[in-house]
Amino acid sequence: MKPRFNIVRLSKWFFMLSGAITVAGIIVFALFGFNLSTDFKAGSRIQFQLNQQVPDARVRQMFQSVGLTIGDTGLTVGGIERNVAIVTLPEQLSAKQIAAIQTAEHKFFPNAKQDIQVNSVDPFVAQQTARKAIWAVLAAAVCIVIYVAIRFEFRFAIAGIIALLHDAFIVLAAFALLRREVDLTFVAALLTIVGYSINDTIVIFDRIRENVKIHKPDNIEALREVVNKSLWQTMTRSINTVFTVLVAAVILYFFGGVSIRNFTFALIIGLISGAYSSIFIASPIWVAWRGRSMRKHKAVTNEASAQ
Amino acid sequence: MKWGRLFAFLLMVAAIIGVTAGTVPQVWKSIPLGLDLRGGVDLLYAVDTPKGQSLSDSGRQALLKAVEMRVNSLGVSSPSIDLEGKNQLGQDQIRVQVAGVKNQQEAVQVIGATAQLAIYGDATVDKKTGKITPVGAPLATGADLKSNAKWVVDQQDGKNAVAIEFKQAQKWIDITKEYVGKPIFVFLNGQLLTDPVIQQVMYSGSSEISGGSLTTPQACMALANELNAGALPYPLTLESETSVGPSLGQTSLQRTMVAGLIAIIIIFAFMMFVYRLAGLIADIALVAYGYLTLLVFSGLHVVLTLSGLAALVLGVGIAVDANIITYERIKDEMRNGRSLRSAVRVGNKNALRTIVDSNATTFIAGAVMYIFGGQGDVRGFAVALMVGIIVSLLTAVLLSRLMLLTFTASGVVRRPWWYGVGKGVLKQHETQV
Repeated sequence: MKPRFNIVRLSKWFFMLSGAITVAGIIVFALFGFNLSTDFKAGSRIQFQLNQQVPDARVRQMFQSVGLTIGDTGLTVGGIERNVAIVTLPEQLSAKQIAAIQTAEHKFFPNAKQDIQVNSVDPFVAQQTARKAIWAVLAAAVCIVIYVAIRFEFRFAIAGIIALLHDAFIVLAAFALLRREVDLTFVAALLTIVGYSINDTIVIFDRIRENVKIHKPDNIEALREVVNKSLWQTMTRSINTVFTVLVAAVILYFFGGVSIRNFTFALIIGLISGAYSSIFIASPIWVAWRGRSMRKHKAVTNEASAQ
Repeated sequence: MKWGRLFAFLLMVAAIIGVTAGTVPQVWKSIPLGLDLRGGVDLLYAVDTPKGQSLSDSGRQALLKAVEMRVNSLGVSSPSIDLEGKNQLGQDQIRVQVAGVKNQQEAVQVIGATAQLAIYGDATVDKKTGKITPVGAPLATGADLKSNAKWVVDQQDGKNAVAIEFKQAQKWIDITKEYVGKPIFVFLNGQLLTDPVIQQVMYSGSSEISGGSLTTPQACMALANELNAGALPYPLTLESETSVGPSLGQTSLQRTMVAGLIAIIIIFAFMMFVYRLAGLIADIALVAYGYLTLLVFSGLHVVLTLSGLAALVLGVGIAVDANIITYERIKDEMRNGRSLRSAVRVGNKNALRTIVDSNATTFIAGAVMYIFGGQGDVRGFAVALMVGIIVSLLTAVLLSRLMLLTFTASGVVRRPWWYGVGKGVLKQHETQV
């Protein structure tokens, strides 16, 4: 694609944009935390048996009528005849609320076979999984740094990891800001975004490496020019690739099941961020860093020649 | 036009589409689906704490850990384990949900079974009933053992036995020192298993248990597994057993499948629109990608969960990306003035390095997630990601390349337009540099 504008020259605006979202995310996160689902938070489990197959929408209405909202993944159907409704809520219920739900059950399902049974729930495996996921991503980051440092250069490795963590963080910030529910599917989405982000970044780095080898820039201006050129050379590929994966994510968001809507939402944000950060964050970071060490190197050689 | 090459190309296309269309339903059916996609069995256990005692925080942690280890030993993916409020008797309850109902009996048995091993220095026999009961506090219990018990055949008498090893060798040295020449009494779940006489001090900290019911390799392995899973700090009693639907919801899943299909059609159409015949070849390679991944999943008996599916979708993205990188490279080469045929060859070669580096990096991420992710969702994702990348390299790179080269060599089309190269491209290259 023909260069439309100089990406490297405008990089400070992109740094500021990402920085602003990050700061906003941290503030909201510090003030309100995440909107955790029952997957991660102690809550309640309400179970009751009907004389029919559990109607999804009507059960949700029933809880809505007493002021309780069932999360996207909060309703499971059990029993051989699929007539047992199992509802999990991310809050501890008061005796008053339990009584209200019971009344609502009688009203919505007069022929129900069973009164509601309420239990408190302490999630265990989900919390473990989330903790393991964080460790796994951090460990993966370290190993990626080592591989990229060997195959490319140490600066590429760090720039790539910053972009990766940037994407993970943007998604976390978006969920904190928009008060979207963080459930177990969110973990899968984060892992996917991390995988996409690093893959996308390396493709662009590969082109920069190749062009640097060909043109051998010896000052910062030339280096910026080479990187800008590499970014525009790979732009068609970047756009086409992110378009295909985004199409999948957006269609799954609008037409897929409600219970994976948080998952696909995280994917959409993460894919956009992943494509954006590879071009507008990772590469400029590399230029800035490489340029600085170039200047230093030059200063040293100048001094040496002056003496 | 070379008919031989064209025939070879058409044969490849026919083989891929034929095999996929013919066998994909069977392959799909043979893949086990996880709790979130298919549902499974819901087991509710009551925790039998000693009378008057309630579950302490550390006791609860230990219990949940022990249950998790047992569930994991079943080899099911991403179980759900929750601690629930008290039942009518005031006992705490643990709810375990595992995918599938095939192993229901086994699951019930493994989760609830306790292998409470205890070694005593003395025991009495009740004269009336003949029942043997231990005397005093145990010298050692299953908690003192390392989790590496295994079935062995005794070197001397050729009997089946379970090899055990103490966490602290000193403990076993002290016991054997004290009881040299005397019998010790090994109880399993309150029943006397064996009462061997200690012949000599054992300095290694390891030993073997045999006798009693441990006559078959199966019995020894079962005991070894139970010992390794760690004794449950409290006995559990099964309260209820219900089948549950997928946690993501049945209708939700059907809608997701339909949406996925629409997405695939759009991606296919997009590739054909942008890269024309080359895009069609990429689409056929994508079909092969999908089919081979499912085949590997079925062969490895990987349980497919939502996170696994997410990794497969990412794999589709990586496979599409590999084709896009290659085709963009081919366009670049044509801009540099190469002929169609040589551009296809050189473009493929140059793109390969990019693809290998980016995929190797992602593969490393997958491998590390596998190692550090423990059991469950993270590991499921990692496996699917690694499988996806390898299959994507095989199909989107090797297969797609073979088809493209064969097709180009056949000389059916000569215009670069068929490879998504616009007329302007060839003139553009002066302004590009």
